[in-house]
Amino acid sequence: MNKTNLMALGLLSLSATLTSSAVFAGGNDDPLLTKVMLDQFEKGVDPQDPTQFSAQAWLGYDLNKLWLKTEGEYSNSDKQDLEIQALYSKPIAPYWDVQFGIKTDIKPTPNRNWAVIGVQGLAPYFFDIDAALFIGEQGRTAMRVSAEYELLITQKLILTPEVEVNLFGKDDAELGIGSGLSDVSAGLRLRYEIVREFAPYIGVDWRQKLGNTADYARSEGEDTQETQFVIGFSAWF
Amino acid sequence: MKSQYMIKPMIQTTNSELNNSRRRFVFGASAMLALMSIPFPKNAVANALSQSLSQLSGKVFDLSIDYKMVNFTGKSARATVVNQLLPAPLLRWKEGETVTLRVKNNLDHDSSIHWHGIILPTEMDGVPGFSFDGIKPGETFEYQFTVQQSGTYWYHSHSGYQEQIGLFGAIVIDPATPDPVIYDRDYVIMLSDWSDEAPENIYAKLKKQADYYNYRERTVMDFFSDVDKNGLANTWNARSMWNNARMSDSDISDVTGSTYTYLMNGNPPQQGWQGLFKQGEKVRLRFINSSAMTIFDVRIPGLKMSVVASDGQNIQPVSVDEFRIGVAETYDVVIEPEVDNAYCIFAQSIDRTGFTVGNLTSDASLHAPIPPMDPRPVLGHSDMGMDMSGMDMSGMDMSGMDHSKMAMGAGDMPSMDHSKMDMGGGDMPSMDHSKMAMGGGDMPGMDHSKMAMGGGDMPGMGHSKMAMGGGDMSGMDHSKMAMDAAKATVSGLGLAGFGSNNEIKHIDTEFGPQVDMRADAPKSGLHDPGIGLRDHQQQFNRKVLTYGDIKGLHPTYDTRQPSREIQLHLTGNMNRYMWSVNGVKFMDAAPLEFVYGERLRITLVNDTMMTHPMHLHGMWSELETGDADFIPRKHTVLVQPGSKISYLVTADAKGQWAYHCHLLFHMPGMFRKVVVK
Repeated sequence: MNKTNLMALGLLSLSATLTSSAVFAGGNDDPLLTKVMLDQFEKGVDPQDPTQFSAQAWLGYDLNKLWLKTEGEYSNSDKQDLEIQALYSKPIAPYWDVQFGIKTDIKPTPNRNWAVIGVQGLAPYFFDIDAALFIGEQGRTAMRVSAEYELLITQKLILTPEVEVNLFGKDDAELGIGSGLSDVSAGLRLRYEIVREFAPYIGVDWRQKLGNTADYARSEGEDTQETQFVIGFSAWF
Repeated sequence: MKSQYMIKPMIQTTNSELNNSRRRFVFGASAMLALMSIPFPKNAVANALSQSLSQLSGKVFDLSIDYKMVNFTGKSARATVVNQLLPAPLLRWKEGETVTLRVKNNLDHDSSIHWHGIILPTEMDGVPGFSFDGIKPGETFEYQFTVQQSGTYWYHSHSGYQEQIGLFGAIVIDPATPDPVIYDRDYVIMLSDWSDEAPENIYAKLKKQADYYNYRERTVMDFFSDVDKNGLANTWNARSMWNNARMSDSDISDVTGSTYTYLMNGNPPQQGWQGLFKQGEKVRLRFINSSAMTIFDVRIPGLKMSVVASDGQNIQPVSVDEFRIGVAETYDVVIEPEVDNAYCIFAQSIDRTGFTVGNLTSDASLHAPIPPMDPRPVLGHSDMGMDMSGMDMSGMDMSGMDHSKMAMGAGDMPSMDHSKMDMGGGDMPSMDHSKMAMGGGDMPGMDHSKMAMGGGDMPGMGHSKMAMGGGDMSGMDHSKMAMDAAKATVSGLGLAGFGSNNEIKHIDTEFGPQVDMRADAPKSGLHDPGIGLRDHQQQFNRKVLTYGDIKGLHPTYDTRQPSREIQLHLTGNMNRYMWSVNGVKFMDAAPLEFVYGERLRITLVNDTMMTHPMHLHGMWSELETGDADFIPRKHTVLVQPGSKISYLVTADAKGQWAYHCHLLFHMPGMFRKVVVK
């Protein structure tokens, strides 16, 4: 599938659903807004550890948004990860949005493209949930679920535990991915919001490869488990 | 204090009689409380330049709207002002006269002035898009109308967010006949909120992160201290509803003192406003809340306040220690300060994130101490339209009560915990109906405002011990246990003056991503002092004004019964920062249609946890406070969280009118056009 076409289609359908609301007897109730969130930008404490980032951005109105998500990792020229998602986001319930669009894994190579359908929102007890199903070429499927919680120690000092699991429908030997539950990761980050929009943090990240994926890693002589201490910051505007 | 509003002053009494009774009362109270306030000499550095309002009077006014750089915070910011003043000049009119106001717009954008609470032709109301095109840049619009009322009002821009950045001023209209309120001196006290941030940016931040300005969220420390106090199980249960609902019990104001500086007559708190009085003077303070987003609680430590007018209209005097003033409301109070003393006029924001002050003294060298702010309010279950844990039902048989109807926002609150409800059991000795609100089914006219049990479906509720007979209970006023047989024939609708009996219905449009809460058991907001004030009587021995205390001084103007009722639900999604009426925002809504000449009731149901000041243009909102003969007239009505309130409207003004929440950032969505034809 041609990515650019799909992207254009997404933009077109977005703009078609956007209505321009006139300023009428007060402020405009639903202005076109953008929000860019660099959720994590961090470096492992150990010099060997990679630099990682995770970011999102949206453009749109209350009920219709174009949503971009990207995350990546860089340690050396051999070991790189970079993925981008372009999604259309539409609320289906007070706290839940359904999102669909495309995802492309630029690194590692060979790159993979996926169609995405997911939900993002706030579950009871204030858990931030992002769950998505990915449908790729040649019958590939994958699923990712992540949950995050914000624990306020003070109004500005915030502890954020999070977990993420990844599942794949079939083996992708080229990329060292096995079918089934492939990896689970957990993180704990303590940030200080100097202002709402900017917060440096320290944290710990733990990842475990599982099943066939772990087997691939072992056969390559890689670790199946990693734990690293990180320093980073988050920001939004 | 009770006797104060039990006594119904007859309108025929002479002014002096009315005045004497009030004078005696106020004097006694102030003498008692004055001992508590000890003034001290003013700090010579502070309060160097207290700004007072500048006044224009006459019949013809030239007003010029301009940009001006102002500095309230130590930082310069751009304001929109009238005649280079913030607040805009105080306009003093005379009832019965025709006033002409030539308003020149020197801004780069369209502007307008709306005369808030003034009864006038629709094309003079100043709402762009409603029989008026707004004032284009460089143009002058001439407003002209005959003043048909007296009292304290105000004016402000109705374009964009200009009101937030300074475009507001006071109006005082002197009555054509002798004023029933006796006073020697009057001051306008204009309360407002100022931010250096552009209003568009504040709004955008709220859309991106709704709790951006809330630095009072629950922390882990709070949790541990609650566990320490109440035990783990109780703390967990108390939190579980909020956690399930994904709502915050500290969400009192959307925009707080973290960005706002609160002003009194344009003076920030470090500076304060100052007013002088002379020995023996009765001082009338005309409070106007011209804030964009801030509801204030006002008191003057050491002085009783006799509330004599609400929204410009005279009321039967009520002696209070404290009152809440919603955005756009006005209250006139008369005080009798003692000579050689200083008093602090203290207005704290509803969320206790800031305050503004004035110093009222007979000697400019005296400065009253500023009291500390009261504890911050925390929302309770009743503010979500459920009244459970606090319900005292020990005397009632509710075995058959259908609790499923009391669950909020179907699907949004799984596993609601009813176990906290203390309902006693089978027997119902000493059931106190004066505290109950059943508001439903077949009981029109009943005033049970203290307890909400939801819309009418209470099979199995033991009525057997209630001495009411059976089936038709219309017209029963339980607060007085008196039934007006002649009026009881009105069926379906409640009697004028007593509010609605209709079932609370959530229509289809209220269900969707745009609405995060629906109050299925809204209590009456009439006798509720409001969040953060409910315990002030008990805790500080302060009498706090409630709407239930307000009775018109003039007998009810239109004594007809309402011919129909419109139930409107104030709705929103806090997290997405979307606001609407019945789940439909203004841009998507059909106008509300009133028939010219009809008398109707509007019942507002607040399906949110915010307190909304609802303002109807062009016609009075006649608040049903429980006395059909003295229904007070208001232009802005506070609707308490998770509560309902009713008022009557006589549709005597043809044209298109605005009807909206006066919180500036709720207004764009929580807005309706009203068409009277």
